[in-house]
Amino acid sequence: MTGEKVRVRMKVNRQSVELLCEPRQSLLECLRDILGLTGAKEGCNDGNCGACAVILDGRLVNSCLVLAVEAEGSEIITIEGLARGAELDPIQRAFLEQGAVQCGFCTPGLILATKALLDRTPDPTEGEIRRRLANHLCRCTGYDKVVRAVRQAAAERREVRA
Amino acid sequence: MSERAYRVIGSRPVRHDGADKVTGRAQFGADIRLPGLLHGHLLRSPYAHARIRRIDTRRAEALPGVLAVVTAADLPEVPDRLLELVEGTLPLSYAQANVLARRKVLYKGHAVAAVAAVNRHVAEEAASLIEVEYEPLPPVLDLLEAMREDAPLLHEDLRTREFGQPTGKLSNIAEHFRHALGDVEQGFAQAEVILEREFRTATVHQGYLEPQTATALWNQDGRVYVWTSTQGAFSAREAIAWVLDLPVSQVRVTPMEVGGAFGGKIRVYLEPVAALLSKKAGRPVKIVMPRRDVFEATGPTPATCIRVKMGARADGRITAAQIWMAYETGAFPSGQCGFGALCILAPYDIPNILIDGYDVVVNKPSTAPYRAPGATQAAFAAESVVDELAERLGLDPIEFRLKNAAREGTRRADGLKYPRIGCVEVLEAMKNHPHYRAPLEGAHRGRGVAMGYWFNIGWYSSCTISVNPDGTVNLVEGSVDLSGTRTSIAMQAAEALGLRADQVHPVVADTDSIGPTAVTGGSRTTFATGWAAWEAAQDVIRQMKERAALLWEVGPDQVEFEGGVFRAGERSLSFRELAERLEETGGPVIGRGTVNPSSAGGSFAGAIADVEVDPETGKVCLLRFTCVQDAGTAVHPGAVEGQMQGGSAQGIGWALNEEYLFDPQGVMLNSSLLDYREPTALDVPPIETLIVQAPEPDHPFGVRGVGEANIVPPPAAIANAIYRAIGVRLRRLPMKPSAVLEALWSKER
Amino acid sequence: MPTVFIPPALQALTGGRRSLEVEGGTVRELLDNLERAWPGLRERLAEGERLRPHVRVAVDGKISMRGLLERVGPGSEVHFVAAVSGG
Repeated sequence: MTGEKVRVRMKVNRQSVELLCEPRQSLLECLRDILGLTGAKEGCNDGNCGACAVILDGRLVNSCLVLAVEAEGSEIITIEGLARGAELDPIQRAFLEQGAVQCGFCTPGLILATKALLDRTPDPTEGEIRRRLANHLCRCTGYDKVVRAVRQAAAERREVRA
Repeated sequence: MSERAYRVIGSRPVRHDGADKVTGRAQFGADIRLPGLLHGHLLRSPYAHARIRRIDTRRAEALPGVLAVVTAADLPEVPDRLLELVEGTLPLSYAQANVLARRKVLYKGHAVAAVAAVNRHVAEEAASLIEVEYEPLPPVLDLLEAMREDAPLLHEDLRTREFGQPTGKLSNIAEHFRHALGDVEQGFAQAEVILEREFRTATVHQGYLEPQTATALWNQDGRVYVWTSTQGAFSAREAIAWVLDLPVSQVRVTPMEVGGAFGGKIRVYLEPVAALLSKKAGRPVKIVMPRRDVFEATGPTPATCIRVKMGARADGRITAAQIWMAYETGAFPSGQCGFGALCILAPYDIPNILIDGYDVVVNKPSTAPYRAPGATQAAFAAESVVDELAERLGLDPIEFRLKNAAREGTRRADGLKYPRIGCVEVLEAMKNHPHYRAPLEGAHRGRGVAMGYWFNIGWYSSCTISVNPDGTVNLVEGSVDLSGTRTSIAMQAAEALGLRADQVHPVVADTDSIGPTAVTGGSRTTFATGWAAWEAAQDVIRQMKERAALLWEVGPDQVEFEGGVFRAGERSLSFRELAERLEETGGPVIGRGTVNPSSAGGSFAGAIADVEVDPETGKVCLLRFTCVQDAGTAVHPGAVEGQMQGGSAQGIGWALNEEYLFDPQGVMLNSSLLDYREPTALDVPPIETLIVQAPEPDHPFGVRGVGEANIVPPPAAIANAIYRAIGVRLRRLPMKPSAVLEALWSKER
Repeated sequence: MPTVFIPPALQALTGGRRSLEVEGGTVRELLDNLERAWPGLRERLAEGERLRPHVRVAVDGKISMRGLLERVGPGSEVHFVAAVSGG
């Protein structure tokens, strides 16, 4: 049995999309199962791990806590929308160069969290970085190389601007 | 330090799967999409201990959108044989009963039935319509109570085994074992200081971010295809085939990217269930485990009770150690106490040792390995006592350890003599580390150290290398990549072939496409599969020499290969130049390498921790933390540091926060990532690392595994630091604020 | 002659002896010779031609992957231990 479906329109990674979903389906479920954007991960489905984070109208959200119908009319950036063409975003590159990726499951959320942080705070302190990242669990790295990656990305973005 | 100069080994290339991992393109277990895919959901027991009287699935089957419902009745009767798990062996009937409960449920969350439906919401709804009638039984939740003769029994047929042989007695004690070296009575008689202490540690979880998931298609030709998040495609294949009573070759396992595992993704949980559902439904079925079920029904690692008696002479030599240790195994008898027993005194040369160990079943989820399984709990106990002995003798804790340190030729507790090991090197590096020499001032602050050990294993691996006409190679391997081993293995092939790391293209293959390869676990992958890649590279070089010999009309033994160039006399061809000429000299070149080594020596790690304790709240704050580990040869130092930092952070969580909380009925009270507190970026300081390199004697590049030993020392190091900060020794994990406060209050009384 | 160390749990079968000197060039030969002197020991360690699933043999400090086929030198130390691996 499937419930009655609702039409939702939004912009995902700069493309307009229209989909049919059940009112009970989360944004995470719709991104993954309907749009095939599996970069956002389901780690807990209750907002405590940050692996499903996406940027919704400029703000970082846990997409497991947003109903897809609530995202009607919004603009969403997922991990799939960060690289431009064949070029990685400097944040993605920094994560690789600093060895901040181990299993890679929390990585999409951490990279989007970094983007959300640096968009508002271009020159964060270590404390600000750790506070921002504290919403994202990573079991592999112990966070040290992740923090270094955020610092590298911040420095590169400042250089580009200067 | 490593004596040989390498071109690739020791460098830090970006990992081969890097772009996939930062763009969201990497395919983890749950990311698979197949035509006609159904979604499964499991119904689980609300009781920790109960008999199943009746299961009625009719209402679930009648729900529109439901295509299959299965229970243990759908599992075949299996022969009486032992399934070889990484942490020992388990009778197959028990392994099967953990997948779907037969007759009895043995822990809250034990799987009872499963549904496949058009989507997960319908599957969940249908599962809730299955009626199960239980006869609740008293749960056995405490380790020491479970060991009592009058304790209710979990299994009607379980008898204590000694060295694998059942003794007569029905009991919750699954296994008793003993190690004896020298004569402890005599050893204690020589000691001037003798301490005897008891330690308890709580159940903790591996805490990987990706929940268990499995997708299966029982094809109409009888083959079963499985896509899953596993540490070992081949071990999963065997377990799935055995549980379903199929020949192993009927099952193909495709290992997906794994979102963390740490020992918890060796067992199969969902795979056989998804296969059964698919068989009934005739379509592929995917199951993703909800986080609560991950806590309640997979892997935690054992709670323990460990008693340590240790004696030393005034000159600082440890004369004897006697250990009594009991580990929970959860619902089924497959335990880790044996590993703990062999690690507990591993850093030391102690002439007189007596260890008695017990694995005990309780009504909790069946335990699974967690990074150096059994060793962290053991080190917490032993390293706390070693620290206290050093203090009593007025010795620096590292000097005291150095006086007693194990080295080549030292006998371990089981009597084996160590080959070359890096224990002394690690201790020396700790002693000379700027962290250990830095002043630490201020109230309620203290510094502690501890050592840790893990065996590391060898075991079998397979690789093939095929040469591309452009002078690069493709490397196919059977080792699942948990954290960058594609690269650490490819680098060893590159080193052997004189190529750059990015000229080797590694692929992790399914079980139809590569030779058998044991699990990614036991710190074996960079060691053993790297060795197999080296063997495959030697095979390529041998064949390429023959091709060069053909071109130059010389004997193959006249051709030399050095630094990526084939030479005979004046003539030379680079690897690439020769690769272009394979077609005319006999066709493609494919090298193969298979190995089955045993690892020599294992890996030692040490930790230095600075803490500050808030006497008002009891909260312990880590000010500084350093991990030192012997890597043999560090293939990719960045990846080695990553292992050391990750293991340290897990050890810190184990020390300070993490534990399973149960109500009196055995229901877990904190089965969410909010309430089971894994460390966040705010809970750990920048973890400093120092890699020691005492080469492994047998491996072609001297590699030791580095995946595990790093988790072992943190709880003891932090406990020792807390003692120096506030003058009380905590002997129970986790050392949470309430425990610290209670210890402070009892000191004041 | 090689020295075989008896696990504590099996020392009841060897009259309490912790180690024994035994003739043999392979682990299999050692076990066969041990069995003649101390009946019952072999079946606790091996099933027919293979070690029992939970048992490993170590020769000169190194766990062998070859079981009964492993070669033993005249001065070798041979230990029978429980299987160990990791997470």
